[in-house]
Amino acid sequence: MLKEAVISPKPRHRLTTRLWHWINALCLLVLLMSGLTIFNAHPRLYWGEYGANNDHAWLAVGSSERTGYLRLGEMRIETTGFLGNWKDSDGRTRTWAFPGWATIPSNYSLADGRRWHFFFAWIFALGLTLFMIRSLWNRHIQKDLRMRAEEWRPSHIWCSLRDHTRISVIRKSSGEPYNVIQKLTYIGVIFILLPLMIATGLTMSPAMDANWPFLTDLFGGRQSARSVHFLTAFLLVVFFLIHIVMVLLSRPVRQIRAMITGGDARETGQ
Amino acid sequence: MTILTRRKLITSAAIGAGGLLTGCDALNRNPAFQDVLASAETANFTVQRALGDRMQLASEYRVADLSPVFRANGTRDPGTPAYAASAAQGFADWRLRLTGLFFRPQIFSLAALQSLPQRTQITRHDCVEGWSAIGQWTGVPLKILLDIAQLQPSARFLVFHCADRLGGRPYYESIDLLDGFHPQTILAHQLNGEPLPVANGAPLRLRVERQLGYKQAKYVTGVQAVASLAGIGEGKGGYWQDVANYEWYAGI
Repeated sequence: MLKEAVISPKPRHRLTTRLWHWINALCLLVLLMSGLTIFNAHPRLYWGEYGANNDHAWLAVGSSERTGYLRLGEMRIETTGFLGNWKDSDGRTRTWAFPGWATIPSNYSLADGRRWHFFFAWIFALGLTLFMIRSLWNRHIQKDLRMRAEEWRPSHIWCSLRDHTRISVIRKSSGEPYNVIQKLTYIGVIFILLPLMIATGLTMSPAMDANWPFLTDLFGGRQSARSVHFLTAFLLVVFFLIHIVMVLLSRPVRQIRAMITGGDARETGQ
Repeated sequence: MTILTRRKLITSAAIGAGGLLTGCDALNRNPAFQDVLASAETANFTVQRALGDRMQLASEYRVADLSPVFRANGTRDPGTPAYAASAAQGFADWRLRLTGLFFRPQIFSLAALQSLPQRTQITRHDCVEGWSAIGQWTGVPLKILLDIAQLQPSARFLVFHCADRLGGRPYYESIDLLDGFHPQTILAHQLNGEPLPVANGAPLRLRVERQLGYKQAKYVTGVQAVASLAGIGEGKGGYWQDVANYEWYAGI
C-alpha cells in the first residue's frame, strides 16, 4: 500500500509526447500561415516539372474587377471576401490570394514569409525525427498505435467510424486506449502526412534537386511536389479541425490538462 | 459547468489566435528576431553543401521537356538609351569586364565570348515565387573566364554587375567560388537555340543552376572578384537581399 502511494501515477501522456505535441502544434501553425504567404506569391498549382503563368494550372486563385475567385480545373467558385479579393484591417481592398488574417506576416512579404517558414521547418523536422526515434525506443508507437488483427476488420473500422459521429459516445470516451480510427489517423499523420510535407518541401529546392534528384522523380516533378505540398497541408488542416472538435466534445479541460501536465493513466482504460 | 468551460476555451482560443497574429507582426518587425529567423539560411547552406558531391549537377532535361513559353520576370527591358542603342546593333559593342581581384583583368566582347568553348544545358529555372520553367541555355562556362583572368588567392566571391535598374538601384548578384567554378555555371547568350531575348536578359545572363531565379543575373556587364561583399551595394550580396529580406543563399 505504502509503496503504491509513493510511486507517482503513470501519466496518460509521456513527457516527450507532450513536449513534441505543443512544439509541433506551434510549428505547424506557423508553417501553415507563412506557407500561405509564400503561396500568395504565385497562387497557381500545376502538375509536372514546370509550370508558370502560360501553363495550365489545375488550381488558381485570382481576382477580376471587384471579385475574387478560386478556379479548380474548369470549375470557378466565387470567393469574394476571403480569397483573391478581401478587405484588410484598415478596410482597404486587397487582391492577394489568402487574406492577411491567415498569413505570417499579415502584410504580403514573400521574403519574410520564407524566413519564418524555413526557421520553423527546421524545428518541425528535428522535432518530428526526435519524437519518432524516442517513441519507437520507448515503444509508445508499438504499444499504443499498433493495429491488432481484429481491428483490421472492415466491420470494426466502420463501427468505430460511426462512433466518432455520436456525441454521446465521444463524451464518454476517455481518449486511451486508442480506437482503430485514432490509431489509423495518428499513424497516417505522423508517418505519412508529416514526412510527406518535408519530402515535398525539399523537392522544391533547386539545391536538393542536384543533391537528391530521386526526390523530383518520386513526385513527378517540382510543380507536382508543390501541389502535393499544398494538398497535404490541406489534409493536415482537416486533421487539426477534427482533432479540435473531438477534444472539445470529450471533456476538453481534462484532455488539455493531460496534454500539459501528463494526467493520470488510471483515468483512462489503460 | 462543462459547457461554460468549453465556451471559455473557444473564446480564449479565438483571442489567442488574434494575439498570435499581432504578436507575429511585432516579432517580424524586431531586428533581433529577424536575425534568429535568418539563422535558418546558415543551416540550409551548410547542410545543402554537405549533402552529396559539392559539384553535383542540377538535373538536365530533354528538348521534349522544354516549357512552351519561358516566362520572364523582374526587369523585362533595361530601357536606357545606351541599352537600346546596343540592342539596335545586336550588342556588337557589349563588353563584359572582369575586374577586382584578378591577376589579369579582362574585357571580352560578345564575339570573343562566343569563340571560347561553349556549354549547352537544358535546366529548370525555379523562381522564388514558386513557378518553374525549363529552358535550353548556351553560353561560356564561367570557369573558363576565371582561368583566363586568374583569381587572386584573397578572392572569395564573384559579383555580377548588370545593366538594368530596379526601383532606381542597379541590379547585382553574387555567388561564391564553389558555384563560380561549377560546370553548369555559365554566362548564357542563347535561350532555346536563339539569341537571348531582351526580356530574358540579352545579351548575357548568369546561369547558376542550383539556386533560385533571382540569382540568375540578367544584362551582365561585369564580373568583379572580391574578398568580401561588404563594400558592394548595401553589403548583403544582391539587389533583393538589400531591398528586402531575401537570403543570399538561394538553394531553397
